[in-house]
Amino acid sequence: MGRAYSTIAFDPAKCDGCGDCMKACAQAKTGTDDVARSRIQIYGREKDFELALCRQCADPKCVTVCPAGALNKDGTTGVIGWDASKCVDCLLCTVGCSYAGIALDETAGHVSKCDTCDGNPACVPACPHGALKYITTANIYNEVGDWEDLFAPGLAGCQGCNTELLMRHTLRRVGPDTVLATPPGCVPGMGSVGFNGTTGTKIPVFHPLLTNTAAMLAGIKRQYKRVGREVQALAIAGDGGASDVGFQSLSGAAERGEQMLFMVVDNEGYMNTGMQRSSCTPYGAWTSTTPVGETSRGKTQDAKNLPLIMVNHRCAYVATASTAYMEDLYEKLDKAILASKTGFAYLHVYSPCTTGWRFPSNLNMEVARKAVETNFVMLWEYTPQDGLHFTKSVDNPLPVTEYLKAMGRFRHLAPEQVEHIQKKVVENQKFVERMTEHAHVG
Amino acid sequence: MDRAIEHTKYLIAGSSHAALEAINAIRMHDPEGSLTVVTRDSHLPYSPTVLPYVVSGKSAPARIFLRDEDFFARNKVSYRPESALKVLHADENTAELADGSSIVYEKLLLATGASPAIPPIPGIDTVSFHVLRTLDDALKLRGAIGASKQAVVLGAGLVGMHAAENLVKAGASVTIVEMSDQLTSGYFDKVAADMIEQAFRDAGAKIMTGSRVVRLEPTAAGAKLTLENGTTLEADLLLVATGVKPEMAYLNGSGVEHQQGIVVDDRMQTTVANVWAAGDCAQARGFFTGTPMMNAILPDATIQGRVAGMAMAGDPGIQDYAGGVPLNTYHFFGRHAISVGSSKVPEGGEVVTRFDEQTGRYLKAIFGADGCLSGIFGVNEFFDGGVMAQLILRRIDLTALRERFVANPLAVGREIMSQTWR
Repeated sequence: MGRAYSTIAFDPAKCDGCGDCMKACAQAKTGTDDVARSRIQIYGREKDFELALCRQCADPKCVTVCPAGALNKDGTTGVIGWDASKCVDCLLCTVGCSYAGIALDETAGHVSKCDTCDGNPACVPACPHGALKYITTANIYNEVGDWEDLFAPGLAGCQGCNTELLMRHTLRRVGPDTVLATPPGCVPGMGSVGFNGTTGTKIPVFHPLLTNTAAMLAGIKRQYKRVGREVQALAIAGDGGASDVGFQSLSGAAERGEQMLFMVVDNEGYMNTGMQRSSCTPYGAWTSTTPVGETSRGKTQDAKNLPLIMVNHRCAYVATASTAYMEDLYEKLDKAILASKTGFAYLHVYSPCTTGWRFPSNLNMEVARKAVETNFVMLWEYTPQDGLHFTKSVDNPLPVTEYLKAMGRFRHLAPEQVEHIQKKVVENQKFVERMTEHAHVG
Repeated sequence: MDRAIEHTKYLIAGSSHAALEAINAIRMHDPEGSLTVVTRDSHLPYSPTVLPYVVSGKSAPARIFLRDEDFFARNKVSYRPESALKVLHADENTAELADGSSIVYEKLLLATGASPAIPPIPGIDTVSFHVLRTLDDALKLRGAIGASKQAVVLGAGLVGMHAAENLVKAGASVTIVEMSDQLTSGYFDKVAADMIEQAFRDAGAKIMTGSRVVRLEPTAAGAKLTLENGTTLEADLLLVATGVKPEMAYLNGSGVEHQQGIVVDDRMQTTVANVWAAGDCAQARGFFTGTPMMNAILPDATIQGRVAGMAMAGDPGIQDYAGGVPLNTYHFFGRHAISVGSSKVPEGGEVVTRFDEQTGRYLKAIFGADGCLSGIFGVNEFFDGGVMAQLILRRIDLTALRERFVANPLAVGREIMSQTWR
């Protein structure tokens, strides 16, 4: 299997052309303040700044046109390295690269290019605006790729379904010593509980009622404990199964501190059965039971904030997560698994639904990301010891319209409805912020 | 006839840039199909372009190889040195090799490169001279350079100029003899060539442009050259660097159409089924002319090799060859020259030049009537050749940006890149 690599990402919207990155690079690589010698170059005038930087291409043309074998892509780090002892200064690499990623350092008399400072690029922390980021998410791919995929190939999810991704990642992480409970919803619907006497998972899975998932799983976990077997009790439930009819058993198990990990895949409705509203469906959203017509304009009530309710159970661990932020999600998964050894761990994952939310199947990550960037969804975690804190900054959010316009279920919104949603976003943010202030009370 | 004839799915004749890119392209799509590389060379793959640096001593001969044995093992490639393609029996999908064996192929790539073109000067067969195309040539020349007091380089192309610089630096008295009236013609214009010429004269080299050798005779020390105007030159080392041409004798009777090179279409396919050609031996469409031309340069060899490999493997991601664009870089006495595109001024086109005597920076840009860049040439003026090539290939109208572009092609080129194909 191929490897994924870390990379330096540039967000031109945040760049003001200050050039601090170039100064840091020139210092780190040449020991001078000569920004012309920086390997990262910012271009543009006034606004609209752009970047010339080696992309560490997967299929690097500089390497193929080098006559001296002086350039090589490192299979482990992905960095294209330059060997001064082999280079003949012919400059053909600069002709091969279409992205100005390798250029002549006139002072040195040789070409120079970004080597990502061995995985600790000097330019990134130098940026005062967060326009440069060193993305290390690839490590997850590399690590997770070695773990066993515990779902069968070819599940019957909708095209572009976020939940399949979440299921495969989660089960890979918890591993084979797991018992899985999945109440009615998309997770069993796409085949995890199986067909014709075979399961869709490679671990024991059962299909409780919507109403008793947490209760049944608690019983099974206790029985295993009694016979002396250490297993991971895991529930993957939809928001309907958790926040509506399943809430009583969920709340009870949390209150009793049952040792399990309860993951909610929140796609904000009963998507599996025809896109009916749930108590997690946001205000204004179209669903088949909150239609849009002459008089009705989508859902008229605000969504229930289930994870905050779980915080009020003082669970061993509560967190919100998004598949657009996989490193964050994995950290929380690790903490939740650990917490579930001794108590109740609750992980609430926002999961855009291409079918029910009406957006193209290739845009799932984009929609998930926009939800977080607008503060429509906030990423935080809670433990009784440390209280609640954000894991992703909620400062400087995009306007919520950036999120709403990404999908069809909000297309009909009147300006006053948008205003209502924006107000709710701000109100929710303030509400959670107030809870973080109490973080260290105890 | 007793021996069972070997079969291979892909046969590649040649082992330099075009061949190596074709291997990559084939393996990207077909990881398993049997692949055999046959080459006239006795070494692992290397680039002819690095050889002047082997001569100068800058490149250690043992460290110039572009691939190692392990690469061929990992990619399941059978690499066979010293087995040049001798006769192609295209009607039987069979290649007869110099080592006497034959291979039946399903798909064949001719990436056999080129060899020095030896001018038909009377007496040339009576004198000993050097050429520079293979590693063995380079090692021989390197050995001879130290002992040379009086060297003559025939031909002022990039190979000849590189070697002449090496000879100058090794302490020989060097004369460069060139038929046309400027150095490096075809790569750089008169102004740039004059700058190059001056650098060589400053270093003590003699330059004789517009000079034709009419006779060569052996002498005790080496050779005597007689020029058209009656001048004679003595040489203890003679390097013939008057260009290259493909060796295509193996095509005789094969039905593969060849003119100056092997004629190919935009997928590098020859006129015969199951046979492709790429690199210095191929005659492919020129970007500017639209007609088949020789563009024997390294970057083009890699692009053609890629296209050919994808075509051979049936990769659906293949895109037609965009056409050859001349791309050259030249490093001389610590200075550099870059040429991208055509030096010919198109009808209704415009040439903009600037020259700063203080810094020795020279820039010339040629624009077509449509406002698009068709060529850009610089001495001591660095710009991103790859970005310039994209401006040409994408036919980007630079009319509105022309003044800024000519003032700073590096920065403005990168700006356009960011907005257009980042």
